[in-house]
Amino acid sequence: MTQTTEAYLEVGSAGIVEKQFFTFAEPPDELALESGAALGPVTVAYETWGTLSPAKDNAVLVLHAFSGDSHAAGFYPDDAEDANPGWWDSMIGPGKGLDTAKYYVICANILGSCMGTTGPSSINPKTGEPYGLDFPMMTVGDMIEVQKALLDHLGIHSLHTVIGGSVGGMQVLEWCVRYPDMVRSAIPVATTMRHSALAIAFNEVARQAIMVDPSWNKGNYYNAQNPNLGLAVARMIGHVTYLSDDAMRRKFGRRLQDKDNLSYGFDVDFMVESYLRYQGSQFVKRFDANSLLYITKAADYFDLVDREPPAPTIADLYGADIKFLVVSYTSDWLYPTYQAKELIQALKRADLDVSFCEIEADFGHDAFLIPDRRLGDLVGGFLDGTPRN
Amino acid sequence: MRFDLQVIASWIEPGSRVLDLGCGYGELLIWLRDHKQIKGVGIEQDKDKAALCIAKGLSVLQGDLNEEVDDYPDKRFDYVILSQTLQQVWEPARLLYSLSRIGRRVIVSFPNFSHYSIRLQLLLKGMAPKSSELPYNWYDTPNIRVITLKDFRQFAQDVGYRIVDEIAIKTDHHATHGSIVNHFSNIRTTYGIFMIEKEAGP
Repeated sequence: MTQTTEAYLEVGSAGIVEKQFFTFAEPPDELALESGAALGPVTVAYETWGTLSPAKDNAVLVLHAFSGDSHAAGFYPDDAEDANPGWWDSMIGPGKGLDTAKYYVICANILGSCMGTTGPSSINPKTGEPYGLDFPMMTVGDMIEVQKALLDHLGIHSLHTVIGGSVGGMQVLEWCVRYPDMVRSAIPVATTMRHSALAIAFNEVARQAIMVDPSWNKGNYYNAQNPNLGLAVARMIGHVTYLSDDAMRRKFGRRLQDKDNLSYGFDVDFMVESYLRYQGSQFVKRFDANSLLYITKAADYFDLVDREPPAPTIADLYGADIKFLVVSYTSDWLYPTYQAKELIQALKRADLDVSFCEIEADFGHDAFLIPDRRLGDLVGGFLDGTPRN
Repeated sequence: MRFDLQVIASWIEPGSRVLDLGCGYGELLIWLRDHKQIKGVGIEQDKDKAALCIAKGLSVLQGDLNEEVDDYPDKRFDYVILSQTLQQVWEPARLLYSLSRIGRRVIVSFPNFSHYSIRLQLLLKGMAPKSSELPYNWYDTPNIRVITLKDFRQFAQDVGYRIVDEIAIKTDHHATHGSIVNHFSNIRTTYGIFMIEKEAGP
């Protein structure tokens, strides 16, 4: 079954939501990270929509991308009149792709972030100061262990689906290999099973932009000036990778910003320059530079094919009872369709039930975040066709 | 459902694993799921059709069937169905080999090029024949292979496939009604449907 007519356009229909917190791994029972380091206590920020069924069989876990947060849909009680709804509001709500009349939807901020879950800007209990670079290196697998602890706390032992785009899609796949018995279906969107050289390269340029900013000060800037210049440049690079040649040509072309003639200087001439500068300046208001370093590195390390044992690989999924729906976008050049095809190939070889659709869109990698009824129809129908055990 | 698909559906044993190549809007898979409790997978090139299938709860891969069939484990399916597509395939022998690797049995249907109306067109008009099953001109047809029932039987024998079953039918393009042809089938039949399997090796 597909979405009810135009439900995806009903902004904020998921309702008012509050950010909640769960803290665990209090010393000495710290969380053991993949690197061997120990971290604790760990706080995880999360939000939920819909109602958990008495059988607890309708939970859906939404996994956000690298700079996202737990606020996937609806509004906060104290939101201003002109506030934006959550980042996947078009997908979550009554009658939408993730129908909150049927499913209990959970979204948690990832480990290493700065939106409520423990990360490098959190206070290190050993020093009373923010961690900075004392925060241990972490992996996508570590993010999943934090989410697993949250689900244990909520008493949820099976997931109707795990779904997410980009780094969220990597988490979807990591969930499947780590807890195949908990997951009934999985929807990796605009993602990859291993970071490509191109993706690593862009992340490295973004990290270098931060680390060459003198204010970065080896990650120790929380009581001084933030490395906003570096962080803004990092975001500008990121935005280029989220768009596409087509999207930029259509959105900006060679149009000039607030002027009729070239300035023959280094101020903003072109609209695209103005757009990127604006995105950079907005990003520094909400995101922590060290979080970007840690999370992009975790994404670069992500490789579900070749990894050090005992971490499970995609081949270990052989014969698992998980239905997959893989989605890619035609104009995504960060995680192009050929990478989705590689994932599908691996899933087929593991004898798994996999569906795939490439969606025609010229918004580039960001297409999965843009309200579009096709993704909701695919997801809604796919989930209806997934047995609830 | 299209008449040739009805015939194919009647061959499928309940509860089996079925791969439908070029599944379109998924009508055969849905029928088999609802009536024979099969576990089905479809492959469909067209993005919109594939998306509609998935939205109906079917497992469907959007992509080129020649490429998509390569990655499945041996004998992953009980039946692999290639309906009304063989005549458009660039390397039919290679494709059928792949299908017989991943499927226990392969069901193939195709328009019969030796139907009497086609024979008469070539004989009397001296021009490349057109019919409701093969409605294209020589220069714009996707149907690059000319196949008759006899040709297919010969091919199966040469390449080493056993014909498990075959039915010759007379039906109009996309029609839901038709009839089974028992006599002089190579002349009177508009479509041939064959179920083949790889002959056991020495």
